[in-house]
Amino acid sequence: MAQPVPFLEDFDAVLPGAGTGWLDRLRADAQEAFRKSGLPTPRTEAWKYTNLRRLARTGFVAAEANQTTEVTTVPEGIVALEDAYVAVFVNGRFAPSLSSLDGLSEGVEATSLAAKLSADRTSLEGQFSDVTDLPMATLNTGLLSDGLYLKLDDGVALDKPLHLVSIGTAGEEPVSFHPRHLIVAGAGSVATIVESHVGSGAYFSNSVSEVSVGDGAVLNHYKLQNEGPEAYHLAANLVRIADRAVYDNFVLQVGGNLARNEIRSELGERVECRLNGAYLACGEQHIDNTTFIDHAAPNSSSREVYKGVLDENARGVFQGKILVRQDSQKTDGHQLNKTLLLSPGTEIDTKPELEIYADDVQCSHGATTGELEEEPLFYLRARGIDPQTARGMLVAAFVGEALDEIQAEAPRAAFQAVVDDWLESRSERQG
Amino acid sequence: MSLIEIRDLHATVDGKEILKGIDLTIEAGEVHAIMGPNGSGKSTLSYVLAGRDGYEVTSGQVLFDGEDLLEMEADERARSGLFLAFQYPVEIPGVATTTFLKTAVNAVREHRGEGALDAMQFLKFVREKAGALNINDDMLRRALNVGFSGGEKKRNEVLQMAVLEPKFAVLDETDSGLDIDALKIVADGVNALRGAERGMLVITHYQRLLDYIVPDHVHILAGGKIIQSGDKTLALELEEKGYASFVGAEAA
Ligand SMILES: Nc1ncnc2c1ncn2[C@@H]1O[C@H](COP(=O)(O)OP(=O)(O)OP(=O)(O)O)[C@@H](O)[C@H]1O
Ligand SMILES: [Mg+2]
Repeated sequence: MAQPVPFLEDFDAVLPGAGTGWLDRLRADAQEAFRKSGLPTPRTEAWKYTNLRRLARTGFVAAEANQTTEVTTVPEGIVALEDAYVAVFVNGRFAPSLSSLDGLSEGVEATSLAAKLSADRTSLEGQFSDVTDLPMATLNTGLLSDGLYLKLDDGVALDKPLHLVSIGTAGEEPVSFHPRHLIVAGAGSVATIVESHVGSGAYFSNSVSEVSVGDGAVLNHYKLQNEGPEAYHLAANLVRIADRAVYDNFVLQVGGNLARNEIRSELGERVECRLNGAYLACGEQHIDNTTFIDHAAPNSSSREVYKGVLDENARGVFQGKILVRQDSQKTDGHQLNKTLLLSPGTEIDTKPELEIYADDVQCSHGATTGELEEEPLFYLRARGIDPQTARGMLVAAFVGEALDEIQAEAPRAAFQAVVDDWLESRSERQG
Repeated sequence: MSLIEIRDLHATVDGKEILKGIDLTIEAGEVHAIMGPNGSGKSTLSYVLAGRDGYEVTSGQVLFDGEDLLEMEADERARSGLFLAFQYPVEIPGVATTTFLKTAVNAVREHRGEGALDAMQFLKFVREKAGALNINDDMLRRALNVGFSGGEKKRNEVLQMAVLEPKFAVLDETDSGLDIDALKIVADGVNALRGAERGMLVITHYQRLLDYIVPDHVHILAGGKIIQSGDKTLALELEEKGYASFVGAEAA
């Protein structure tokens, strides 16, 4: 007898836009592909360090079939932004009552993907990327239903950040959902998008975000993964950056039981691509950051700084690949991954990969892993600072170097506050 | 009661005995100088006093204000009024000098029951002290010692001493790497802290510093022991004859 396929077995909800030819086919093909591949296992190179065995055993039911939990307020733990447009999703479904998208200027369309798929059956045809080599994203396509649809017309500047808030919630039964976000920033547009992922209970968020940064556009894209302690969070971010555009990305991962944020970026000419991040984990958490920067055209620069702090028995994974294609001369690509291990039970797997086919390039990568150094600690203590405070200062300084990479000031401060909270609760744990 | 009393102090680093029986008593109000060849154990003595991990005291005793110094953790020692100006100040990226100074000052103040300074009070306080040492706001804003020149690092050490107002300070080669003007500035900063309540131990290779910070006593440390003590003329004698004659005499 064939093994049941997780997530697709007994899935009988009617998805938005069903009955639309291209969409039915897209989903059916993806489902078929996922039935063949199944969940990735450590035998696949890309999933060598992040094992989904426990996720597979959890027996999640589709959120569509389990709408028992009501969410009436946005929980704590999101990025604290004073002034922003807010699009809230509960278990992957757009929640208009919790959102505030009023006052968006002309040339900006922000709506739910489900609404878009139901109302307008043709405009999104061909808009979804082929993700066949990403099994979890393929599953997402197979069950594609809702998410954020954001489109900025050419030359439009968003007057305040758009905050995408994802709330996961589960009662007795573990719940899974597969949000699909489409973000299209037109040529010369300017915007800041902030994501917060929070929730409680045993849920599994399997999201895909497709981001297209138009010619000469500037897109700041900052994400906080602060999921509940029992949550699984797998996210694939597919980013296309057109010529002369600037993409400033930052990912802060502090939550979840097991989480992986994967970014695939493809760079045009004279692009400035910044993929930075930090991860702070404790307990039995497993946090994975996997990035791929494809220098597909000449004269572009990419910068990547990922810093991690692991405590107790936490496990971290960093996989960063930079590909410089043959014609991509004058590429400037730099990658750095540093991890601080605060206790002997922690573990980090870091895998930098440079694949360079052009000869006139400047590329570097570096990875360090270690404990807090004795010398600076002693220096601080020799000035009367108690060891706990001294350690806290050094850890904060370590993470601070990554946070400094965030180009937009208000989000930087808000992310700093999340880090400060984490450090504070850490020192409280240690009593 | 003496300010600090070191009795027959033996210490090892990585299993190797570096301090081989140091006896030294400093009274409140006194400045002592230690001179000695490279590798004689001067910095080791300063680290042992400051409480650095890895510097193991195998025998002997140190009383600081009548209390057993060696029983205290490094940070407790500092809060109790012991200060070490490092021979090689440590660079700490990501920690702003002001933040560091404020944390340290408030830790020490709270220990003394003086209450923490708020941001404004602190800034006023630190600016005044920094100005006297020719340290500007830009340096205070920068990460601790990162990219500071050798002389700037040393001045920053003296600034830390000035704001922490210790009872007993060890200055480990605070003069090395300073230009002539900076040497005077640093010496003035040190002299400003001299007082009936305070004691200092100044480690140096150069008699010149002692022209500015005139010591009450001078000791020669060689091979982990104090082999000779005297008044300030000992430094002059040393400058003239070199260590060989003293070390030779000891060996003989
Ligand atoms: N970790 C260590 N392991 C072994 N030996 C050490 C260690 N640290 C210091 N030493 C040795 O201890 C001795 C004393 O060193 P110390 O730094 O105290 O000398 P010093 O008198 O301050 O010299 P200088 O004038 O050059 O500053 C030296 O021989 C040094 O090599
Ligand atoms: Mg020395």
